[in-house]
Amino acid sequence: MNAPLRELTYAQAIQEALATAMEADKRVFIMGEDIGVYGGAFQVTGDLVHRFGEDRVMDTPISELGAAGIAVGAALAGSRPILEFQFSDFATLAMEQIVNQAAKMRFMLGGKVSVPLVMRLPSGSGTGAAAQHSQSLEAWLAHVPGLKVVQPSTPHDAKGLLLAAIDDPDPVMVFEHKLLYKMKGEVPEDAYRVPIGKAAVRREGRHATIVATSIMVHRALEAAEVLAGEGIEVEVIDLRTLRPLDTATIIESVKKTTRLACVYEGVKTLGIGAEISALIAESEAFDYLDAPILRLGGVDSPIPYNPVLEKAAVPQTPGIIEQVRNLVKGRI
Amino acid sequence: MPIEVILPKVDMDMATGKIAKWHVKDGDAVRKGALLFEIETDKAAMEIDAPGDGIIRNITAAEGAIIPVGQTVALIYQDGESAAAPAAPEPLPPVKPITPAPRPDAVPTAVLPAASASGRFPATPLARRLAKQGGLALESIAGSGPRGRISAADVHGALARPAAPQHAEPGSYQVTPLDGMRRTIAQRLTLSKQTVPHFYLTVNCDLTRLSEIRERLNAHAPRDERKLPVWKLSINDFIIKAMASALRQVPDANVTWADEAIHKYHSCDVGVAVAVEGGLFTPVVRAAESKSLPQISMEMKDLAARARARKLLPSEYQGGTTTISNLGMFGIEQFTAIINPPQATILAVGAGLERFVPVKGQSVLRTQMTCALSCDHRAVDGALGAQLLAAFKTFIEEPALMLA
Repeated sequence: MNAPLRELTYAQAIQEALATAMEADKRVFIMGEDIGVYGGAFQVTGDLVHRFGEDRVMDTPISELGAAGIAVGAALAGSRPILEFQFSDFATLAMEQIVNQAAKMRFMLGGKVSVPLVMRLPSGSGTGAAAQHSQSLEAWLAHVPGLKVVQPSTPHDAKGLLLAAIDDPDPVMVFEHKLLYKMKGEVPEDAYRVPIGKAAVRREGRHATIVATSIMVHRALEAAEVLAGEGIEVEVIDLRTLRPLDTATIIESVKKTTRLACVYEGVKTLGIGAEISALIAESEAFDYLDAPILRLGGVDSPIPYNPVLEKAAVPQTPGIIEQVRNLVKGRI
Repeated sequence: MPIEVILPKVDMDMATGKIAKWHVKDGDAVRKGALLFEIETDKAAMEIDAPGDGIIRNITAAEGAIIPVGQTVALIYQDGESAAAPAAPEPLPPVKPITPAPRPDAVPTAVLPAASASGRFPATPLARRLAKQGGLALESIAGSGPRGRISAADVHGALARPAAPQHAEPGSYQVTPLDGMRRTIAQRLTLSKQTVPHFYLTVNCDLTRLSEIRERLNAHAPRDERKLPVWKLSINDFIIKAMASALRQVPDANVTWADEAIHKYHSCDVGVAVAVEGGLFTPVVRAAESKSLPQISMEMKDLAARARARKLLPSEYQGGTTTISNLGMFGIEQFTAIINPPQATILAVGAGLERFVPVKGQSVLRTQMTCALSCDHRAVDGALGAQLLAAFKTFIEEPALMLA
């Protein structure tokens, strides 16, 4: 019997995952700025403070490094903290705790401890929030061994990846996209998990592979639909996890399609597209490449406040269509 | 800074070019506008002039080498500049001749890949692997990608070409390497004959009135100071005018095929095949429907002369919706021609020959010319092609109508 189809927004799906985890496990608590009575800057935590009380839905002062230190300590002491950064940009204030402490403890203490910490990070541009509130820093953090980094692109994955992150014995950073919070999608009611480290093939094709992350998955799918009308069949892979990377899915896809485009919002230079390009160049898929690898990423600039420039600073659907068409037609 | 001399793009689709001849050598003083070298493109030879005054140095492109458009081929040093500064790139080796690789059938159809400075041919990893598996040498495959890069599709194309039968012992024949023109003719006409659905229509045209009018017009041609006629109309001039007039009367046939659309033209531009040493050109007489016969005649004389000297500009042989191919001067009675894409038609014209034809039950001797129109059925259907050819026949048989 199929469960009846139920749609939630991406934000509601995250809230449901938080509530599910807190109901199931007394050790789980959440902390962050304005997540209590205010319900969170993006209304993700909503009324959870009324359901679980201020001891488990904790407002913190505006002190990211302090909050992260408390969360790392609580995780070491046996709790399951979930720390919300109001904007992913503010995680830069907490780098010492994230990079030097959370990511290192298990390794420096011979595996005798672990840091089961989840960090939630609203990220990305498109809201007119300017350069200090619009970044996509996921590749930064994915560069640190000891951290896991996921980027859900759908309400379904937002819930399933968050639950998997809470289960995980090590620190996991969940990069949520601010423009996706209101996106609706089918979300089962049960406490399912989406495995960390497993990409999803969102559309099958044989002429080119697009590896996309977060909101770019949807732009890639729009582009693939248009290109399908021209006879160009594009395979779209939703990476879902940046670390650990699902190399097998990407390599198999490129071997099939012989062309690769990486589409991501983070700055193009030294970004996730560079890693995937190099991965293919080093893999058996190299001998299957029939075109140069294409990277479509954010421009090398802080995100502009001007809305026209803000849009131009990251890949948009028309540009993806044009460039992938050129890729398949042998024009680049 | 020395002035860079680059290989310019002189033709729309040009990705690479070959320097046929240098007219200067290292150390020569040149003035702006002086002839530096000749480029051979697929279609023509073009002369390239010096972009500034100075001493020519660092000539890096050898005669005969195929080089990418935009590459620096020499430097011009101005007064006071030291030619010692090694600003020029590595000299390029001339492109390797086509080696009869394991498969002697690999005949290139497009641009031969340009060897890079390292002597390697640009190819995608997949193309390299497929070529190796298929026993094909990369240098025998024409690359269709940017900078002549060979893709998997290019290798598949080369592998799919049927093996040419070995019908003579090596040494018993002379090998003539293909030049750009021969390669282009082979490529374009193979494409046309294989992909354009041709059908053919034939008529006989009576030349009685046309011959009379032609004689009278030529007798009245104005004379120059040496008492020689300024122009002399040929039958072919009438054919050009008649074809243009027919296209004006049947505008739906004045078209080209553009894959996603049919382009219908406002003016009637007629190409004329001109045989030249080693190939042919089809210069185009623009708006021939609005030009007088002497105008067409003089223009055609100039175009044909410059075609034979390979001095036509690309703009002079591009375009047109039809071409006239006349082999009458060889006594050919009748033939059919291959359409020059994207044009929609081509008219094959035979010799004017005396034939007995029935007129009111009597056998009468008339001079007739047999013309066959090849049509691209995608753009011109049977009835439309027939209307065009019927209109052409009317203008040939009643030349006075061309004045209307």
